[in-house]
Amino acid sequence: MRSQEEYVLRTVEERGIRFVQLWFTDVLGTPKAISITPAELENALDEGMTFDGSAIDGFSRVQESDVLARPDANTFQLLPWHGHGSAGGDVPVARVFCDILDLDGSPFQGCPRHVLKRTLGQAREAGFTFYAAPELEYFYFADGDPSHPPTALDSGSYFELTGADQSSDLRQQTVLTLEEMGIPVEHAQHEDAPSQHEIDLRYTDALTMADTVMTARLVVKELARRQGVFASFMPKPLAGVQGSGMHTHMSLFSGEHNAFVDADRPGGLSVVAEQFIAGLLHHAGEITAITNQWVNSYKRLVSGYEAPIHVSWAHNNRSALVRVPVIKEGKAESTRVEYRAPDSACNPYLAFAVILAAGLRGIEQEYELAPEADANLFALSVQDLSAKGIVHLPGSLHEALGAMESSELLADTLGDHVFEWFLRNKRAEWAAYKSHVTQFELDQYLPLL
Amino acid sequence: MEPLLCFPAVPPTAVTSVLEREGYPWKGVDRAEGADVDEPEDGWSGAVICTSADPAGAFALCRHLRAREVPLAPIVVVLPTGQLADLELREDLFDDLCIEPVNPDELAARLAHLFWRTGRGLRPDLLEHGPLVLNLETYQAAVAGKVLDLTYMEYELLRFLAARPGKVFTRETLLSRVWGYEYYGGARTVDVHIRRLRAKLGEEHAHLIQTVRSVGYRFGQTAWTP
Repeated sequence: MRSQEEYVLRTVEERGIRFVQLWFTDVLGTPKAISITPAELENALDEGMTFDGSAIDGFSRVQESDVLARPDANTFQLLPWHGHGSAGGDVPVARVFCDILDLDGSPFQGCPRHVLKRTLGQAREAGFTFYAAPELEYFYFADGDPSHPPTALDSGSYFELTGADQSSDLRQQTVLTLEEMGIPVEHAQHEDAPSQHEIDLRYTDALTMADTVMTARLVVKELARRQGVFASFMPKPLAGVQGSGMHTHMSLFSGEHNAFVDADRPGGLSVVAEQFIAGLLHHAGEITAITNQWVNSYKRLVSGYEAPIHVSWAHNNRSALVRVPVIKEGKAESTRVEYRAPDSACNPYLAFAVILAAGLRGIEQEYELAPEADANLFALSVQDLSAKGIVHLPGSLHEALGAMESSELLADTLGDHVFEWFLRNKRAEWAAYKSHVTQFELDQYLPLL
Repeated sequence: MEPLLCFPAVPPTAVTSVLEREGYPWKGVDRAEGADVDEPEDGWSGAVICTSADPAGAFALCRHLRAREVPLAPIVVVLPTGQLADLELREDLFDDLCIEPVNPDELAARLAHLFWRTGRGLRPDLLEHGPLVLNLETYQAAVAGKVLDLTYMEYELLRFLAARPGKVFTRETLLSRVWGYEYYGGARTVDVHIRRLRAKLGEEHAHLIQTVRSVGYRFGQTAWTP
């Protein structure tokens, strides 16, 4: 037995852990868990736990439905809201992330963690390590029952320094709990909309970060639930105010050095960085179905709420899809690219995988980067935009699926299993939405027609 | 752990096989003088005295060990049923006894119990530095008495650094010495883990791990620098 596994078993014994949750993620990014007792753990670490995958979204197959969940011992962590820690609780519980395998031990093609690992493997072959730092936006709603209409918990706004209010307390408690779990938070703040908050996670390698996003979403929701509050990562829960994005800062490193930096070039951006951005822009339409995977995602990607709608890049223009933050003197190593399309309700494994794949393709094929968009794109007319050669992001899930379906890059990156299942599932979602008669239509048309 | 004193010099295999199975180092001794001459620097951990071959010599040795300035304990006497009567008025010379023929599990249980009670023997290795304590046996770490919930790599990194206080390590050295295998994270992984360790140590103790600009990291204080 390797020492990681021994460490896990020993810690479980020493800390009197009563349950170990085996965490994994379905294709849509919904967290799943199998709870086992310490007695079963050794076997699970050794051989994996068999379970019927047919009930998991995106895991079903025609023939074999059994799959294995094998814990990644490196991700073993006590859950501070159980049994001890600042959030208090009942009996000690730990979690460990799992890879999903076929019964013969080979990676299961429907496992999102595997999709990301495979793409990270390609980056490594090209000599790069991929780092990501997402900004998670979400809302707190006063009623703990999501079947009731959402009501804001506070009426604060961007960076507001509010006094003792429940949502700021909750956010603080969440940050402390994340830190206790070894998830450093860059900063946290009140966002623009009432009851909207943001937690910026400090960069780490993309696989750990995808695990971290899953953990952070769960911690936000769980701590809110304990106070009868409902936390939501829905992309656009309230009409008329900003939606919840997951702007993601990214960089590629070669060894210890940031591959996006080239001090000898004007602006300090390397050729690799430019090609990476060009790749992102070139394939932006194709990856949008993954980074913005719900019907509701496209209600966020509209004009007037600081969400990107045009495929463009700029240094300091928040209407651009790709932003290259201006770096302070002497901080060249923190040079990075921010991709502003993803929303907080994406599957982080798949989102990071397709974003990375798009950027890598740009490097591989040496794409040319178009000039940066200096104007405020929201203010430009359709004619001006097309004169500048600027296209728009897909405006609906339907459009996004169309762009995805014809993308070789996406089929390669996701693999046939995920690619086909995702399209099928999302086509069904679109069909259900399309045939639905909305309140908007009743309000507008019934009195009139 | 220092070795156990065993009598006679070549004790019955039934006894030595238990000692070896349970991981107790031992050394055979024939006479009382040998107990002093062969004694390890930090003293014997205890003694297992098998009386059957030479009861008089065995009890003489027990008496010698108990008469020292710091009486040796624990002492286990291994003897056949026929010699039980010899124990009369010698109750102070031993801490426990085991009947021959030896039941291996019984002897192991008695040794484990004795060493637990006296706090000697297979004691966990502790690595201490100021408020930080690492128990290398159980993989647990605590700072100022509060147990830290570390992942495996966080623990390994902390252990590596804490075992070498004051020394500066580059990221690459840490990556190759602590991780030692190909990892998705690359060299920046070290920074990430240091940041996570500091978060878990808490604000008050985060300074235990110091960043040495453009070099790497150091654990604990170093000589005063202006």
